[in-house]
Amino acid sequence: MEAENTVVRLENLSKRFRRDRPPIFEGLKLELQRGEYLAIMGESGVGKSTLLNLLAGLDRPDSGRIWLEGIDLSLLDDDAITLLRRRSVGFVFQAFHVLPYLTVEQNIALPLELLRVAEPERTERTAHMLEAVGIGSLARRFPRELSGGELQRIAIARALVHRPRLVLADEPTGNLDPRTAAQTLALLRTQVKSNAGAGILITHSRAAADTADRILVLDGQGLKPLVPAT
Amino acid sequence: MNNTGHSGASLTIWRVLLLSQWREQPVRLSVTVLAIALGVALGAAVYLINTVAVGEFNVAAKRLVGEPDIVVRGPRDGFAQDLFVTLAQDPAVSLASPMLELEVALPGRRDTLKVLGLDTFRAAALQPALIGDIAGGVFDLLQPDGIFLSTSAAQQLELKRGDRLTVIVGDAPRSLRVVGILSEAAYGQALGVMDIGSAQWLFQKIGRVNRIDLRLESGVNVDSFRTALRRRLPAGILALAPEVERDRTVTATRAYRVNLNMLALVALLTGAFLVFSTQSLSVLRRRGSLGLLRALGVTRGQLQLALIGEGAAFGLVGSLAGIVLGLACATAVSQWVAGDLGNAQLHAAGSALHSVRAILRAAPLSLLVFLAIGTAVATLGAWLPARNAARQEPARSLKGGDADYTVVASRSWRIGIALLAAGALLTTLPALGGLPVSGYAAIAALLFGAVLLVPVLWVKILQIAPRTGVAVADTAIAQLRENVGLSTLSIASVIVSFSLMVAMAIMVYSFRASFEHWLGKLLPADMQMREPLGNDTAYWSPADQARLAAVPGISRIDFRRTRQMMLDAAHPPVTLIARNSTGAQVADALPLLRRLQSPMPADTEPAWISEALQDLYGYHLGDTLALPLGGRTRHFTIAGIWRDYARAFGAIVITRTAYVEATGDSSANEGAVWLDGRTTPAAAEAALRGCFERPDSLDILTSTALRERSLGLFDRAFAITYALEAVAVLIGLVGVSLTASSTALARRAEFGMLRHIGMLRRQVIGMLASEGALMSLFGVVYGLILGGVLSLVLVYVVNRQSFNWSIDLALPFWQLAILAQTLIAAAAVTALWSGRIATSQDAVRAVREDW
Repeated sequence: MEAENTVVRLENLSKRFRRDRPPIFEGLKLELQRGEYLAIMGESGVGKSTLLNLLAGLDRPDSGRIWLEGIDLSLLDDDAITLLRRRSVGFVFQAFHVLPYLTVEQNIALPLELLRVAEPERTERTAHMLEAVGIGSLARRFPRELSGGELQRIAIARALVHRPRLVLADEPTGNLDPRTAAQTLALLRTQVKSNAGAGILITHSRAAADTADRILVLDGQGLKPLVPAT
Repeated sequence: MNNTGHSGASLTIWRVLLLSQWREQPVRLSVTVLAIALGVALGAAVYLINTVAVGEFNVAAKRLVGEPDIVVRGPRDGFAQDLFVTLAQDPAVSLASPMLELEVALPGRRDTLKVLGLDTFRAAALQPALIGDIAGGVFDLLQPDGIFLSTSAAQQLELKRGDRLTVIVGDAPRSLRVVGILSEAAYGQALGVMDIGSAQWLFQKIGRVNRIDLRLESGVNVDSFRTALRRRLPAGILALAPEVERDRTVTATRAYRVNLNMLALVALLTGAFLVFSTQSLSVLRRRGSLGLLRALGVTRGQLQLALIGEGAAFGLVGSLAGIVLGLACATAVSQWVAGDLGNAQLHAAGSALHSVRAILRAAPLSLLVFLAIGTAVATLGAWLPARNAARQEPARSLKGGDADYTVVASRSWRIGIALLAAGALLTTLPALGGLPVSGYAAIAALLFGAVLLVPVLWVKILQIAPRTGVAVADTAIAQLRENVGLSTLSIASVIVSFSLMVAMAIMVYSFRASFEHWLGKLLPADMQMREPLGNDTAYWSPADQARLAAVPGISRIDFRRTRQMMLDAAHPPVTLIARNSTGAQVADALPLLRRLQSPMPADTEPAWISEALQDLYGYHLGDTLALPLGGRTRHFTIAGIWRDYARAFGAIVITRTAYVEATGDSSANEGAVWLDGRTTPAAAEAALRGCFERPDSLDILTSTALRERSLGLFDRAFAITYALEAVAVLIGLVGVSLTASSTALARRAEFGMLRHIGMLRRQVIGMLASEGALMSLFGVVYGLILGGVLSLVLVYVVNRQSFNWSIDLALPFWQLAILAQTLIAAAAVTALWSGRIATSQDAVRAVREDW
């Protein structure tokens, strides 16, 4: 039962970018259960985003193994990892990355189209997500007409519309003002929780990290729980 | 800010933009500059070859014509020299110089040698530059068999002073002695000069001349005298101003030169379009940076000036490279291809363009003009994108979006419709000065008009395109729909190059099919025999003809008498062909386009004229045609118009019966030979050659071989057209691939994001390929339609007005299908290649790039 609830498991993960340099991290271990929302903090350059990419199968570790939904990524080729990612992972980026030539609803429906979700289910789920992130009135608008906060809401909706088991958010509020950032973080948490998946939030901000269930710090020695300041 | 500060700031911005663009896209910029260079090189090379060749012709014509006030010119077989005596005694004439100007047949050669028989002492005053060289050898020239050769003639015939030159007179060889060589400065082309008495005796023209140069007494009004003289002269003899004589040869080849220049211009304009496309894309790609510059305080004017300056810089560098390339091309073409193109001008150019220094001496100013043209078209290409960029609100630029291009696109169709209407109107206008100016203007208007309609049609098609539910296809269509400006630029590149390619292919195919059909009609016999084309001295007497017709194995020979005849001073001579014995036979043997339906007037003979004669002289069916024959004017009724691709300045066919009756000349110089079915062509040829003392002088070919030779000449003549067109198309295709690759690279971050959310690499590439396929499919279909329309203008307007002959439209379906497939394949390969490059970067880095 516990294994079924595990969304991600890392075992002795190591990664280095150059042979003549020390590894960016070594022997990393992590386990993330369904419904868990984790924040990872750390200084610039410690490998937070690299870790995220390894988790999504966008990069390969030098050693160690990654299980996503119980599947060992090292056994999959690029196409199989992509199909797994399509089904099980949602991404939220700092720079939003919404397609400028698609309308808001088309952007959000894109993962469903890739998964060949048929009508009318596709429209219903898209409409549901639009309402859930509070941009139902903007469905037919193009991204160039929207604010940064609205764009990030599209990104969150797109990351969650196909109900992925894992949501990865890399500095999702880095480009937003504090008020919008707070709204976005709250929205992200709510949606991850309501989706019954797991989420990992990469951030520099303690305030952002505080919206997670637990906080880990990544440094040269690995992932460690954050020790609250005394 | 004062003006100095304004331009100084523009210069700084220009430098920054140019350098950053160079750093970011060196390949793209290099190809753009190369495209301009190719356009300028082609233009410069064609212009240089033509200009220098025309210059050579001019010099040669000036030397031959000399400095008379009036040239009296008669038929090539001459007129009685009594007229010379009469004119020489006219009190208004201070000097008259008689001449016999003949194209002389040479054994074993298909070309002829121009020989000038003149009175050295009289000619010395009127053609000093030509005769000056002979001064020391006047007495040698007076020898009965003495001839001076020009340097060019001596080189071609591999003769030197003291050698013997054999010429053909009638059916027999005659020997001349080379008594001197004229310097190259005296006359640059092939020429022989003889004493007129010797020439008259040798060429059996005793008592006859065909040209008299007149210098009038001072104070005599030349124009009035010439007008009065025209009235006094017998039929077929014309009094001409010397400049008419000088300009005739150059005017005759003008249409050919203009058409070559137009093709070069197409290449240059395609290059300009590439600059436009490059700059438009570059502006779109850099809109964020440009918006930032505006936000930092750069004015609209400064930004616009800097962006136009970028285009001017490409143009300047490309034009400089193009001029160097053009000089090299001109030298190479003249030296190595001269003998192969069937273009007499290239022979002249070949000798003149022997070094770069010679070219620079020949046309230094024109090179500067090409530098200016290349820079100007590139600047023009950059102007519209620069204006659009400067007009864009900075906030909007910073945010991105292509909406303004959609607005521009939606407005452009009105100008497009107006240009199409103007193009249609221009096709109805006649030639201007013998040149198809309105035809070319029509092509330009139709081409640009059709291109301006592309955005609105493309938008409509994308708007009605249904959603497929397939993410790759729907995303591709949405991308094209929203970025209509970008996709239109890409499609326009395809349309411009493909439609021109289609138009040229249809025109050349139609021409070749018509030419082949024409050859089939004109060559029904088994073999053709003739004396060198255009010669005045070799012919077959009635006895020769009887001997030839009696050769065993020959079933029949239709003899023809062909000669040159001048109908009008302003036009080159026309060809008179006397053939067959009855009008019905003639009409049956000719490729007639129209024939007289009403009965022939009594007491007139029929004549059948070529289309060129109809166009150049304005004759119609049923008109009376006055021909100077046998010293009198004979009247013929035009009984038919026939198609003739061999004689661009006009040809007239009459019956041999009428010709012999009018002239008393029953000789022949051409014949169509039918074999008896048992004799081989080789045996018949040997037997025919055996009839003469000079067995190697006849040009005898089977009709099949002649047909192959003619088609070979046709293909060689069009080789240069194909080469120029291929360059234009290549530039267009380069534009397409650059647009595709640049667009793909600019969308790396988008592709990275799509990979993040689970799109397979092949799906991303497939999406890009779908976009490429959709655009190229639209471009190819549109280009086929537009090319078809342009080919109609080429076939029915430009061709007709340039060369005065008609072509039947024929469509090369297979060729067009292959061309279309090649272009779509090229677009698909480009898209795949661009997609591979764009997706080769790892998706993680791609999304980290700011877009």
